[in-house]
Amino acid sequence: MIHDLIGDFFGHLFVIIAFVASIFSAISYYMSVGKPLDENLFWKRWGRTFFYVHGASVIAIVGTLFLIIYNHYFEYHYAWSHSSKHLPVEYMISCFWEGQEGSFLLWAFWHVVLGVVVMNTNRFWEGPVMTVFALVQAFLASMILGVVIPGIEYKIGSSPFILMRDAMDAPIFQTNPNFIPEDGTGLNALLQNYWMVIHPPTLFLGYAAMLVPFSYCIAGLWLKKFKEWVGPAIPWTIFSSAILGLGILMGGYWAYETLSFGGYWNWDPVENAVYVPWLVGVASLHTMILFRSNATALKLSIILTIASFILILYSTFMTRSGVLGDASVHSFTDLGLSGQLLIYLVFFTVWSIALSVVRWKEIPSTQKELSTYTKEFWVFIGAAVLCLMGFQVLVPTSIPVYNSFMGLFGIDSNIAPPADPVVYYSKFQLWFAAAVAIISGIGQFFFWKNLDKAGFIKAVLPSLMLTLIVSALGIVLSGIGEISFIVLLTAAIFLIISNLNVLIKILKKNPKLSGGAIAHIGIAMVLIGILFSSGYSTVISLNNSGLKFSDSKDFNNENLLLFVNDPVKMQEFELTYQGDFVEDRQYRSYFNKTDLEYTNNLYKVVAKANLKDNGTTLYKKGDTLEIYPENTYYKIQYKNESGGTFSLYPRAQINEGMGGLLASPDIKRFASRDLYTHISSIPNPEEPVNWSEQEEVTAKIGEKFFINDYVAVLDSINPVQTIEGVTLNEGDIAIKAMVRIMGEIKDYYVEPVFIIKDKMAGRIGDEVSDLAFKITLLHVHPDTNEFTFGIQTRQKNWIVMKALEKPMINILWIGTLVLMFGFTVSFVRRFTEFLKSRNTTS
Amino acid sequence: MKTIHIIGIVIVAVAIGIVISTAEDASAYVSFEEAKNIAINNDDKKIHVVGELQKDPAGHVTGIQTSPDKLSFTFMMVDEKGEAQQVYYNEPIPTDFTKSEKVVVVGNYQDNTFVASKILLKCPSKYQENELKEI
Repeated sequence: MIHDLIGDFFGHLFVIIAFVASIFSAISYYMSVGKPLDENLFWKRWGRTFFYVHGASVIAIVGTLFLIIYNHYFEYHYAWSHSSKHLPVEYMISCFWEGQEGSFLLWAFWHVVLGVVVMNTNRFWEGPVMTVFALVQAFLASMILGVVIPGIEYKIGSSPFILMRDAMDAPIFQTNPNFIPEDGTGLNALLQNYWMVIHPPTLFLGYAAMLVPFSYCIAGLWLKKFKEWVGPAIPWTIFSSAILGLGILMGGYWAYETLSFGGYWNWDPVENAVYVPWLVGVASLHTMILFRSNATALKLSIILTIASFILILYSTFMTRSGVLGDASVHSFTDLGLSGQLLIYLVFFTVWSIALSVVRWKEIPSTQKELSTYTKEFWVFIGAAVLCLMGFQVLVPTSIPVYNSFMGLFGIDSNIAPPADPVVYYSKFQLWFAAAVAIISGIGQFFFWKNLDKAGFIKAVLPSLMLTLIVSALGIVLSGIGEISFIVLLTAAIFLIISNLNVLIKILKKNPKLSGGAIAHIGIAMVLIGILFSSGYSTVISLNNSGLKFSDSKDFNNENLLLFVNDPVKMQEFELTYQGDFVEDRQYRSYFNKTDLEYTNNLYKVVAKANLKDNGTTLYKKGDTLEIYPENTYYKIQYKNESGGTFSLYPRAQINEGMGGLLASPDIKRFASRDLYTHISSIPNPEEPVNWSEQEEVTAKIGEKFFINDYVAVLDSINPVQTIEGVTLNEGDIAIKAMVRIMGEIKDYYVEPVFIIKDKMAGRIGDEVSDLAFKITLLHVHPDTNEFTFGIQTRQKNWIVMKALEKPMINILWIGTLVLMFGFTVSFVRRFTEFLKSRNTTS
Repeated sequence: MKTIHIIGIVIVAVAIGIVISTAEDASAYVSFEEAKNIAINNDDKKIHVVGELQKDPAGHVTGIQTSPDKLSFTFMMVDEKGEAQQVYYNEPIPTDFTKSEKVVVVGNYQDNTFVASKILLKCPSKYQENELKEI
C-alpha cells in the first residue's frame, strides 16, 4: 500500500503552508516598519503569528520526512534514494543532508530557530529584521515547493515528498502504479560517520547565522539608524564566524578521518565556497569591533557584512546549480533549481547594494587622517588582507561560472581550474596567512593602548626578540628550510607571543575581555599545525623494490603491495597484512572473515571459532552474530624495530553507486605525529579467480597432514541434517569434515561438505581466503576410515596501501579548540553588553 | 595623498595581480594534439583532456595494462576529437574505472606518453541514482 497521506498530502501541504506563511509574515513585518505605535504593534503581531506558523510548518516538514525515512516508505523517492532498511537510526538524520531538498530544509530550520531567538531578544528591531528573515525563508521554502505553474509548465522547487512513480519514468509504474521498491539504495557510505551527523548541521548553523548581522545591517540602513545596528549585530557576527569556522574545521576533520586523499583540506570548490564567506565574515567582525570602540570603519563594516551574506548566496548558487559540474567531486547534482537560485542571489544582491547606494551619503564617516600608529590602521589593513585572501580563492573557483556565463553568449571558453589546486592555492594563501598573522600581532599592541612610534617600538621589542629566539629554535629543531614556511612559522609564533603578552595583562584586569587574544592564539596554533602537517606530510610507503613499469620516467611508486601474511619493510616498521575483517553490530569489534560462516542473510553470520577481542570471548563457536557487511577492514600489523606492535584497520568498500572503491583510512596517533594508512587497491571481486589444478591428500580422523606447507588436522567428521540451498530427502546423506589448519598467526577452520543425494555424490568445498586455498571432500573410504581431500590454490589475497606521516597535526586540533574558546569568551562579553544596552534604552 | 588612498591603490593593485595570476595559472581543456604542441614548446604546464576509454566494437574497454606490482597502469583514451592516446597513471587502477562514461585526465606529455597526475571519472550514477533496477 502506498502511504500517500503522510507525504503526498500532509508533506506537500506543510511545504505550501510554510511558503505562504513566510510571504505573509514578510508582508506584515514590512507593513509594521515606520508606522505609529498601535499600527506597528498590530502588524508586528501578524508578522510574528505568520512566522510561528511558518516555523511550525518547517518543523512539521522535517518530522514528516523523518517519519518517511524512519518507516522505510520507499514509495517516496527521497527515502528510496537516500536510505535503506539496514541504515542505523543515527544515520537517518544524515539522509537529510545527502539530498539537496533536505539540506535546504536544514538551512530553513536553523533560520526558524534563529528568527525566533532574534524576535524575542530584540523587539525594537523586530519589524525590519524579521522582514529580511521571512523573505529569505520564502526563497528557501520555494526551493522545496515542487509546484508546477500551469500554462508555462515551469516547476518551482523540488519537493522531498515526491513519490517514486512521479519521480521516474520506469516502465514498472505503467504496469503497476502501486509498485514499492523492496529496499532503498542507501546512504552514501562516506556520510555514515559520526562527524557527518554533526558537521553539516554545524556548518548550516554558521551559514544561517550570517543572516542575522546582514538583517540588522539592512534594518539599520532602512531605518537610517546607521550606528545603532552594530551593537545587537556584533554577538551574531561572532557567533556565525565561530560556528562557521568550527563547521569548516569539523569538515576537515571528517575528511581527514574518512576520505583517503591524505589530508583535511583539498581546495575543492565546495570547500572554497564556505571558506571565502568565512574570511569576509571574520573581516567584518573586526571592523565592527573597531567601530564599537572608536566609531570608525562604519562604512566598511556595512560593506563587509553585506558582502559576507552575498558570498553565502553565491556559494549556494555555485554548489547547487550544477555549474561546477566537472570541477568538483562533491557538489550536488542539478535539480533544475539554477534559475531559482540565481533569482535568490540577485534579489538580495540588488536590494542590499541599492539600499546602501541610496543611503551612502547619509552614513556618518570620520574624515580623520589614517595614521600608521593607530589601531584603525591595523584593523583596516588586516580586514583588507583577509578580503584579498578570499578574493584570491574566489577568482579561480569561479572559473566554471565564468565558462557557463560565456556559454550563454555562445562563446566556448576552455579555461580549466588550476591543475593542482593544493599546490596552487597553498602558494598564495600561505603568504596571506603570514601577513594576517603579522598584522594582527602588531595590531594587538595598538588595540589596548594608544602608542606613538617610540612607544610602539618599546612595546614590541621584547615580543619580537622572544619570537626570533623561539622561531630560530623551532626552525633548527624541525629542520624546515623553505623560506615561505620559515616566514609563516615566525609570523605565527609572533602572533602567539604578542597575544600572550596582551593576554597576561588583560587577565589581571578583566578576564572577560580576553576572548580576542585567546582566539588569536588559537588561530596561530591552527596555522602552525597546518604548516607542519601539510607542508611536511610525507609518503612513507615508498616502493623501493625496484619494480618499474614505465621506463619513460623514473617514477617512485608511493604505494606498497602487501600479500597476506607476507611481511614487508617500510621505514622503521615491518608491515604484515593479516586478513580481512568485518565489524559486528553489538560490540563493534573486528572479526576475521575466515572465522565466520555466511548465511543467506547478508547481515547475519555464524562463528566458526570462538571469537575474541582483547582476550575476552565475545562469541562462542556456533553463535550467530550481526555484522555490518558493507565494509571490509584490512588488518595491517605494524611492528617497529624494538618489537612493539600495533594494528591498523583501514577500511574499504566496493560501492557501485560511488564509482568503485571507497576507502577510509585508519590513523595511529602519536603525540607528535599521526601515521595515516589507507587502502589504494584490492582485487576486483568481479574478476574470475584462477584456481590451480587439484591436488589430492588422504587422511584419517585426528591425523595431521600437509596442505601447501601448512600443517592441517582432520578434527572430526560429522553428519549434518540441513545444508543451506540443498533439500535433503529420505535416504540422502550429508557429512561435514572439520579441518583445522595451523597458519602463521592463527588457526583456520574449513568445513567442506560431502553429500549423497539421489545416489549422486555432491561436494561443497570451503575456502580459506587468507591462505588462498580451497578444500573439497572428494572421497570417503569407509573400508579404511580414510578421507580424500582435493586442494586447489590461487594467488594470495593482496592489498595495495599507502601510508603517510603527518607531523604535529595535534597542534591544529588543539588550536581549533583554543580558537573556539576565544570566540565563546568574546561572544559572552558582547552579548552581555548588548543585553545591558537594550535594557537601559527601553 | 592620504594614507587611505595609498592603501586603496595597493589593494586594487593586488586584486588585479590576483586576476592576472589566475589567468596565467589556470589550466585549460584541450585535445591531445594541442597537449602535444604544448609539450613540444617545452611547456610542462598541466592541462585537462576530456575523453572516453578506448573500446572495441563490442563495447569492451581495450588497452588497459597494469604493472606487475599493480601499483600503476596505462590505458588508451580517445579524446573528443577522436584521437587515441596512451595515458600513464602512477597509481593503482581505480576499481570502477572501466565503467566510466567520461574520463578527464589532468597532466602533460612526457616523451610520447601522456602522464596523468589526476584522473576524474564521470560514472553513470554518482550521487543520485536514477535507474530503478528490476527486482
